Amino acid sequence: MSGDRNPARPGRGWPELTWPPLARPLHPGAWWLWALGLAVAASRTTNPLLLAMILAVAAYVVVRRRGDAPWALSFRMYLALGAFIIVMRVAFRVVFGGGQGDTVLFTLPEIPLPEAAAGIRLFGEVAAEQLLGGFYDGLRLATMVVCVGAANSLADPKRMLKALPGALYEVGASVVVALTVAPQLVESVRRVRRARRLRGAGGKGRRALRGIIIPVLEDALNRSLALAAAMASRGYGRTGGADPRTRLITGVLVIVGLVGVCGGLYGVLDAAAPALLGAPLLLGGGAVALAGLLVGGRRVRRTGYRPDRWRPAELLTAGAGVTTAALMFLTAGVDPDNLYPSLSPLSWPELSLVPVLAVLAGVLPAFLTPEPPRSAAPPAGVPRAGGVESGTGAAPAAPSAPAANGAEPRKEPVP
Amino acid sequence: MITFEDVSFRYEEDGPAALAGVDLHIPEGELCLVAGHTGTGKSTLLGAVNGLVPRFTGGHLRGRVTVAGHGTESRPPQEFAHLVGRVGQDPLAGFVTDNVEEELAYGMEQLAVRPEVMRKRVEETLDLLGIADLRGRALRSLSGGQQQRVAIGSVLTTHPSVLVLDEPTSALDPTAAEDVLSAVLRLVHDLGVTVLIAEHRMERVLQYADRLLHLPGDGSVRDGTPAELMPDCAVAPPVVQLGRAAGWSPLPLSVRDARRRAAGLRQQLADRTPGPPHPVDTDTDTDTGPGAGTADAGGSQRTPLGEPLLTARSITVTYGSTVAVRRVDLRLAAGEVVALMGRNGSGKSSLLWAVQGSGPRRSGTVESAGGDPGDLPAAEARALVGLVPQTAADLLYLQTVDEECAQADAESAVAKGSCRALLDELAPGIDGASHPRDLSEGQQLALVLAIQLTAAPRVMLLDEPTRGLDYAAKRRFGAIVRRLAADGRSVVIATHDVEFVAAVADRVVVMADGEIVADGATPDVVCSSPAFAPQVAKVLSPLPWLTPDQVARALAHAGAEPAAALPYEGAPR
Repeated sequence: MSGDRNPARPGRGWPELTWPPLARPLHPGAWWLWALGLAVAASRTTNPLLLAMILAVAAYVVVRRRGDAPWALSFRMYLALGAFIIVMRVAFRVVFGGGQGDTVLFTLPEIPLPEAAAGIRLFGEVAAEQLLGGFYDGLRLATMVVCVGAANSLADPKRMLKALPGALYEVGASVVVALTVAPQLVESVRRVRRARRLRGAGGKGRRALRGIIIPVLEDALNRSLALAAAMASRGYGRTGGADPRTRLITGVLVIVGLVGVCGGLYGVLDAAAPALLGAPLLLGGGAVALAGLLVGGRRVRRTGYRPDRWRPAELLTAGAGVTTAALMFLTAGVDPDNLYPSLSPLSWPELSLVPVLAVLAGVLPAFLTPEPPRSAAPPAGVPRAGGVESGTGAAPAAPSAPAANGAEPRKEPVP
Repeated sequence: MITFEDVSFRYEEDGPAALAGVDLHIPEGELCLVAGHTGTGKSTLLGAVNGLVPRFTGGHLRGRVTVAGHGTESRPPQEFAHLVGRVGQDPLAGFVTDNVEEELAYGMEQLAVRPEVMRKRVEETLDLLGIADLRGRALRSLSGGQQQRVAIGSVLTTHPSVLVLDEPTSALDPTAAEDVLSAVLRLVHDLGVTVLIAEHRMERVLQYADRLLHLPGDGSVRDGTPAELMPDCAVAPPVVQLGRAAGWSPLPLSVRDARRRAAGLRQQLADRTPGPPHPVDTDTDTDTGPGAGTADAGGSQRTPLGEPLLTARSITVTYGSTVAVRRVDLRLAAGEVVALMGRNGSGKSSLLWAVQGSGPRRSGTVESAGGDPGDLPAAEARALVGLVPQTAADLLYLQTVDEECAQADAESAVAKGSCRALLDELAPGIDGASHPRDLSEGQQLALVLAIQLTAAPRVMLLDEPTRGLDYAAKRRFGAIVRRLAADGRSVVIATHDVEFVAAVADRVVVMADGEIVADGATPDVVCSSPAFAPQVAKVLSPLPWLTPDQVARALAHAGAEPAAALPYEGAPR
């Protein structure tokens, strides 16, 4: 396993009791738990006020705590995706969902459909209930997507892969290699295309395709062989040849467990599902998967360099997310009306105290976690809050710029 | 430390033996240089040390290879990771992670080294190789020399007792190569690592090597100290060739040795004028010989320059906000070989591509007989200016050499067989049915050059053509380049290879930071700074002699010393 601790060393677990905490990246798992907590909370409500609050919380934390690595800039793409989802949802209601609701806002010319398509109506009357229903639905989905986007822009995807349990190490390694190789492939396509001009050949057509693909493939194959040889000579897969039975057991346990987890999640999130499909299946699946990972992890003799550790800030972040989700579940049992504002009759969405507190718990990481390290130190004299903007300011820079100095040493306190 | 017991290896059952009956014993702490022409089995020998050969290459290995008592026949390469560190030619191809620190730690992670130890060793290694300021950088953003040092560091962190380096500097510019080699030498002295290194810049390592393994090409390995083997070794650095020409014994292994020995030779040559530095075809040669008694330093009595073929004015190339080439003027005349030098990233390639017209050009004009190649369609541009790119194989995509030649004839709309005729002239004896990618580097280069020459451009630009060529192939290639120039073409060669430049180029243009910093006749430019001076110039300085060929010919004419056996003639083809 990657995170083996050394209990002999005093004070290792709680090194950051000074304030403000030293800048360091948070464990990616903490951000993911936090974001998933927000997403689960969002899935339990269609109240636009609550959803807007969740969006605001996610966006605020992202702006305060993202670094300046390339993936940190992906948040706006998720925002755009969210907006697209809402627009599509509303548009579909306008096109197909005519005729529900009494508050008709306007009427579009209806397109008559043949008998076979009875029950489907195109255009026609557009009611406020119908539009609002689409909007609420779309907003809920969009909020969940944006929460995932928040995790993506806060957590380093490669460190996330490093934090995978030992049994999944091979999967993580191949993903990392694929991520590294992809830009090389793009580069070699560009190089070969450019070289083709030297033979006076164009860049289009079947012949051109062949002229590009063969050199590029040859390049890629050579490189992958070289990489495989390099990895082998550096000890990759040293103990991988354990015994095939353990491998099989690990695989079966992990897959069965993960299927159980998926089913359980569905049960928990879908209020209409039978109770047995919910928590019991989720917990059972989780246990089986964990057992698989432990069995698999036992045969792996490998250590991790500078593993991310769970420290108070990580626990707090994950806890904030879990609290948000848990409080939302509690209110769903006590007072569901405010979570699902009524559409017929139309009514203003209202807020009650507990859900608001639940969502506000999600904003705590914006203040209580250490800042991420930045590659370009802000000029002396710039207040810390100003430093936050340097991440966004770097956005329009050429894509090569973050690559060139993207990964700056993590300014972790040397234990 | 390493033993080979009667090791034979062939890639195919009935193919030729890459290694035949090799018996070796390399004791701990030795620096062992592996020398031989391309294709004589250097890489095979090195790969066999940790079992990559035959496990990753296929083939049949007989005999036994052991490292510290462990045989490669029973354990996969993975199990040698703590014993043998291996660094290849292209560092980027071997990187597993994407930043420096993690790359250094990768090997240790695989060996389950404890995190505290790992942390300490990473710091030590960063300091040992002088790359501490690069620790968090992305590997792709490093220069070639830095990458290679990181690659060496990444295998050192596991504290191997053997370091295997397969041509670690072949892709680097001279300064970066020096950095890497001096790092290696420091390791040998400080850590006592056993190093097995194949290196084409032999002159840098030869003087420090405890042992030389020479692979003559028949599968055998000659094993001895450099001083024993050098007199009849087919691959020899210029300083050794000079020693042979002057009939010195024992042969000098370093510039310093030679310089101390050369006082007499300098005196002997002081009143002579050097002949043309490049090897001259003896049948057509009307050698100027010892020349007039006046030593006009730097005076070149090369062929007078022909008419100007191409004039580039204030060429500027930018990528985003970086300026790769800044208002550069370049004039090329018929019959002239121009060397374009400068460190990696100084704008050499960008300039060549911009002049040819296929690459981006922000501003500036190129005048040639048929107009500006940048304004013409690709097919017409290549009839004015030809370019062989750095990775020449990018241009090859068909199944056989004949198909490639036929395709080239069609592309250039010339009579069938033109390309093949050119190819036979450049590199005779290439089988038309063979696959282009099975050719040696030198043959591939000749094929691409022939394809580009089929369009009959009068200006030929070559981007790093000598990389990956051994001494003999380089020599043949130099002769090809001279012949192109003699036919009235103008040739530009971007290269790092000082010795090649000294032997082939008439003029040297040095670029730095996108600008031309020096432009002049080869002896003037090359002898004026120690970094660019070829070995012979360093030995004979202040006399303007550049290559062992010049010296050998001068001595032969004078009939003074026996001009020894001219070293290259014995080179196996």
